[in-house]
Amino acid sequence: MSDMNTAMVEKYRNDFLKEVEANVEEGQWVKMCMQCGVCSGSCPLGNAWAHPPQEIFMMIRAGKRDEVLKSDSMWMCTSCYNCIVRCPRELPITHIMHGLATYSKRLGLAPKTQPTSQFSEIFWNNMMKRGRVNELKLGLSLYFKDGFGQGIKNALANQKLGMSMMKAKRMSPAEFFGGHGIKDASGLQKMIKKAEEIELAKLKANT
Amino acid sequence: MAKREYSYYPGCSSQDGASSSNLKRSIDTMCEVLDVKLNEIPDWNCCSASIGYGSGGVLPRMALSARNIALSEQHNAGQDIVATCAACWLATKEAAERFKEDENFFQEANTALAEANLKMTNQTPIRHMCEVLIEDIGYEALSEGVKKPLEGIKIAGYVGCQTNRPFGIAGESFENPMYLDKMVDSLGAEAIPTYEKKVQCCGGALAFSEPERSQEMIKGIIEAAYDNGADMIATPCPLCQANVEIYQDQINERFGTKFEMPVVYYSQLIDVAYGRSAEDAALDGQIIKAKKLDDIAAK
Repeated sequence: MSDMNTAMVEKYRNDFLKEVEANVEEGQWVKMCMQCGVCSGSCPLGNAWAHPPQEIFMMIRAGKRDEVLKSDSMWMCTSCYNCIVRCPRELPITHIMHGLATYSKRLGLAPKTQPTSQFSEIFWNNMMKRGRVNELKLGLSLYFKDGFGQGIKNALANQKLGMSMMKAKRMSPAEFFGGHGIKDASGLQKMIKKAEEIELAKLKANT
Repeated sequence: MAKREYSYYPGCSSQDGASSSNLKRSIDTMCEVLDVKLNEIPDWNCCSASIGYGSGGVLPRMALSARNIALSEQHNAGQDIVATCAACWLATKEAAERFKEDENFFQEANTALAEANLKMTNQTPIRHMCEVLIEDIGYEALSEGVKKPLEGIKIAGYVGCQTNRPFGIAGESFENPMYLDKMVDSLGAEAIPTYEKKVQCCGGALAFSEPERSQEMIKGIIEAAYDNGADMIATPCPLCQANVEIYQDQINERFGTKFEMPVVYYSQLIDVAYGRSAEDAALDGQIIKAKKLDDIAAK
């Protein structure tokens, strides 16, 4: 467990709702949920969530901190925004789910081998290197995330797809050696570092 | 001089050799025939799409969009930002709205931007190419330029998620948007307004991390197109296009189906209807050939 997690537990003790309101993206909306269940019913992967959004909202209010933050539920969000446009009280549900995912990862509570959590991290690191996504390396990192042997297996299973993409000029082996990027990657990295500092300072002020 | 000019944000997947390079090529042709000039935002960066949230907090993610907005203000002053990728459009528009709603947040973004020697005022409208077509050009004008009506092609208009929610196109419903069908009709093809999977999610980024679950959804999208007698699916979204087209082999293997449904972009329909070649319309970028469009283009 991270120091920040310990500090947050210490500070909010029995009030997980308050913790979410203060630290999670759009968390101030959680208390407005009226438990109608439209979000859960509208979610295209609803059946894959251990706890669909409606339940997550209730669990937050019931103080089920570990059950929520260690859950892989939020990582099932496909960002389709069905729940947002259908919520009778217009809660920004998609953003809250993203926010809970970000927060759980920051505190070191997110399940370590959850594939979307891993993919999200791979995507971010890939994009940060040169300021643009390198699709070829993104695909390869995902194939090889569980080791070399599994990576070769995955690559072989997707070989036909890769060949047709290359034939259609929608995948390029040249991307392996550098590839696309922005000119001012160092400026962008400095900018992101600053943004992270600002955000982290706010979280720390809450501990 | 071109009739209309915009500040263009093509996005990562549109680059040469990337998964929707065919979208960019067909958009370039479309803008030629519609007399639209796109000025690419110099040195634009990734928006982090809707999957960056695992590692990127709110401010870092939105700072990415702030940088694009700032660069656009600096180099393409006074021009609306136009995106062709659903995720690029959504991320940029969402960031711009949050900067407007929250002055503190706006200041914080500018503090981060200063590290890259940039500054934004955030006055630029953030628009989708479909809005340009519908609001600035209009269905009637679109239809007037048609040289080869797409007669005899039945098209399932697949709008998908992020072109449609949470912002969508003004005046259109989230549950049953009609604009893609109207575009299809304007080009002389036959739309299927009752295509029930028109706003079904394809899995988005989870097509990579949760392939089985996503492919089950994609299967439904294709199946409904067949059930409605469609010859092909058309979409505005690069990830929808890729997800629904390129996994059909794997879906066939997994579910025992025999899918071979072409999935094209609205811009490719316009290119062909306006008399341009299959190559100009980037139809050579199809994994599953859109034969009926190829035939009209060759006529």
